[in-house]
Amino acid sequence: MNSFFSGTRLRDMIRAIRACKTAAEERAVVRKECAAIRTSINENDHDYRHRNLAKLMFIHMLGYPTHFGQMECLKLIASAGFPEKRIGYLGLMLLLDERQEVLMLVTNSLKQDLNHSNQYIVGLALCALGNICSAEMARDLAPEVERLLQFRDPNIRKKAALCSIRIIRKVPDLAENFINPAAALLKEKHHGVLITGIQLCTDLCKVSPEALEFLRKKHTEGLVRTLKDVVNSPYTPEYDIAGIADPFLHVRLLKLLRALGQGDADSSDAMNDILAQVATKTESNKNAGNAILYECVETIMSIEDNGGLRVLAINILGRFLSNRDNNIRYVALNMLMKAITVDAQAVQRHRATILECVKDSDASIRKRALELVYLLVNETNVKPLTKELIDYLEVSDQDFKGDLTAKICSIVEKFSPEKIWYIDQMLKVLAEAGNFVKDEVWHALIVVISNASDLHGYTVRALYKAFKTSSEQESLVRVAVWCIGEYGDMLMNNVGMLGIEDSVTVTDSDIVDVVEIAIKRHASDLTTKAMALIALLKLSSRFPSCSERIKDIIVHHKGSLVLELQQRSLEFNSIIDKHQNIRSTLVERMPILDEATFTTRRAGSLPAAVSTSDDVPAAPSSSGGDFLQDLLGVDLSPAPTQSGTNQVQKAGTDVLLDLLSIGAHPVQSSSSTTDILSTHSK
Amino acid sequence: MIRFILLQNRQGKTRLAKYYVPLEDSEKHKVEYEVHRLVVNRDPKFTNFVEFRTHKVIYRRYAGLFFALCVDITDNELAYLECIHLFVEILDHFFSNVCELDLVFNFHKVYLILDEFILAGELQETSKRAIIERMGELEKLE
Repeated sequence: MNSFFSGTRLRDMIRAIRACKTAAEERAVVRKECAAIRTSINENDHDYRHRNLAKLMFIHMLGYPTHFGQMECLKLIASAGFPEKRIGYLGLMLLLDERQEVLMLVTNSLKQDLNHSNQYIVGLALCALGNICSAEMARDLAPEVERLLQFRDPNIRKKAALCSIRIIRKVPDLAENFINPAAALLKEKHHGVLITGIQLCTDLCKVSPEALEFLRKKHTEGLVRTLKDVVNSPYTPEYDIAGIADPFLHVRLLKLLRALGQGDADSSDAMNDILAQVATKTESNKNAGNAILYECVETIMSIEDNGGLRVLAINILGRFLSNRDNNIRYVALNMLMKAITVDAQAVQRHRATILECVKDSDASIRKRALELVYLLVNETNVKPLTKELIDYLEVSDQDFKGDLTAKICSIVEKFSPEKIWYIDQMLKVLAEAGNFVKDEVWHALIVVISNASDLHGYTVRALYKAFKTSSEQESLVRVAVWCIGEYGDMLMNNVGMLGIEDSVTVTDSDIVDVVEIAIKRHASDLTTKAMALIALLKLSSRFPSCSERIKDIIVHHKGSLVLELQQRSLEFNSIIDKHQNIRSTLVERMPILDEATFTTRRAGSLPAAVSTSDDVPAAPSSSGGDFLQDLLGVDLSPAPTQSGTNQVQKAGTDVLLDLLSIGAHPVQSSSSTTDILSTHSK
Repeated sequence: MIRFILLQNRQGKTRLAKYYVPLEDSEKHKVEYEVHRLVVNRDPKFTNFVEFRTHKVIYRRYAGLFFALCVDITDNELAYLECIHLFVEILDHFFSNVCELDLVFNFHKVYLILDEFILAGELQETSKRAIIERMGELEKLE
């Protein structure tokens, strides 16, 4: 033994570490300690094993690697004394977990300790087993644990019960061995044993239909009686919390009753009275009481229908919702979400309050409330609710805008009563939070716009106005650019004016200005710029007076460092220069996009599209190509894969491809177009 | 079921970390960092619940210490909140007026108390007196 190395006590080491002023100092102290511990381990030092492991646990907690101490745990567990075993098991639980192979070595020690004559040692072994046992250990040691469920000391029984939970979670096949001993625990008077027994039974019900059936038939009445006793029990200082005897036991009992009552009219019937009693008699001015009420409401909602009880439960939730305590309001929102399937009408009554919760300053409440509002929307209330949500979008936190936008878009798509309303709402969202709008959402919008031929003029004018005020919203810019490219002439001539509109005077150069702004914006990404180039090409044929100016802008991009833009501008430039004869046919308005095809394709590619949402900036490099091909009607079956585009990105671009590829090809591939596109087909 | 229990100070130093589900060490550090970030700057008026990945964290602050439980999404938040308070009361009783330093220097005892209170991610004992007495018996064996 080298006293120099092993000299510091645990306390001294903690002090030394706490005294460190910098992380580097701390690392130095830890390194020195670890070196000393390693030396001590190598010397097989018995006297300090105990202390070394305690130090290692502290070091582990600070986040340093301590795997070299794992074998020490095993040695301590194998030693005879209680203090050594205690620290050994503690180390085992902290430094190892069920996936380490070292753990297999401990199975035998555990088995011995589970059969030890000293009940405290049995307790240690049960505790370790309950916290880290693997499926293999569960199989090996299940008989020991099962036996210990009947041990004379309650401390062991309750530990064995929880250990059994771990075992059946790991190996559900073992459940049937535990049914009888677990049911026996339900008759216990000792709260610790009773609560763990109830928990074990609840878990058994989850994994084994036989257990559920057995407990339902034989124990529902007993459990109802137990709950009655607990509810009516006189003051017991040991378990009292806020004037309630053992709220934890209440909660567990209600949970098990819920499992038994679900889908079974008889047992549901048997528990009606006591549930009514809990729901009406429990004090609701303290958290403990509310925890019980909350659990009780959930049980009432889950078991077989009893009209009276459900009214009671919904009323409790209404009370919760108007509580000043945020925690209570949170659980109310949570529970109303489940209640909506049971009694939607009752939940609708609280709509105004729930809508207020969407605007709460607490993110947790906001999130719950938004989910709930989403479920509350139907054909009749979609307009006012959407208005409220969009109004709130203007003032909401940045980090909430993403969720909120997604939900609004989804509501609008799902329940929109007419196209003009849909387009109006989407434009509002795009103008307010366009940067949060997902690609597939604005793709869908374009499809809808394309199909609403009487609204083309209205939409493009609205987009033009929105662009003037919100040109920083990427998705808005894209939709605006696309519509201007398609329907730019309607913007200028005020074609298809609706009664609600004010007329605007826009010149052709104003319109080209918009697209030019879009293409010159630094924030615009590749997709936007590529779309802007196409819009320019289209405008060049529609506004002959601006043709020269447009050509200049396109020529300017011939020098772009981005291959896609460079290529497009070269191609477009040659269309303008050399192919005047086909230009007007080439840039005809897109045929109406087929909604049904888009919807089915979107459903198919949705997961991929979502998963690629992170690499959107990279994705369009190939989409640009597809875009053009579709436009020109050239069918290139293998989509061009340029450097940096891979499978995943292509999945994202499919949406775009789909969007634009539907319908007839405007021009059959003539020799001139294939010539222009020769770079693509390679 | 409780997935893990964390006890951290305001600076994010972990004072106790107990996992009832297997996680890699690197993953544990990430979880500890994320949970700390989630709870440390929340307004005291806010809920004591934050959604964390596919679970939720129930936390409560006592002076400079944050007690956080990560539980299943379907679990009863209010009951676990009460559970944290009971644990703090037990610690307070055991160390008679507990402070962060007690927990630092006696970290192994804190783990042992926790092992008498929660096992396999489930509540084991709801009586403060029973746990304190049990700890007394175990201390005698040392």
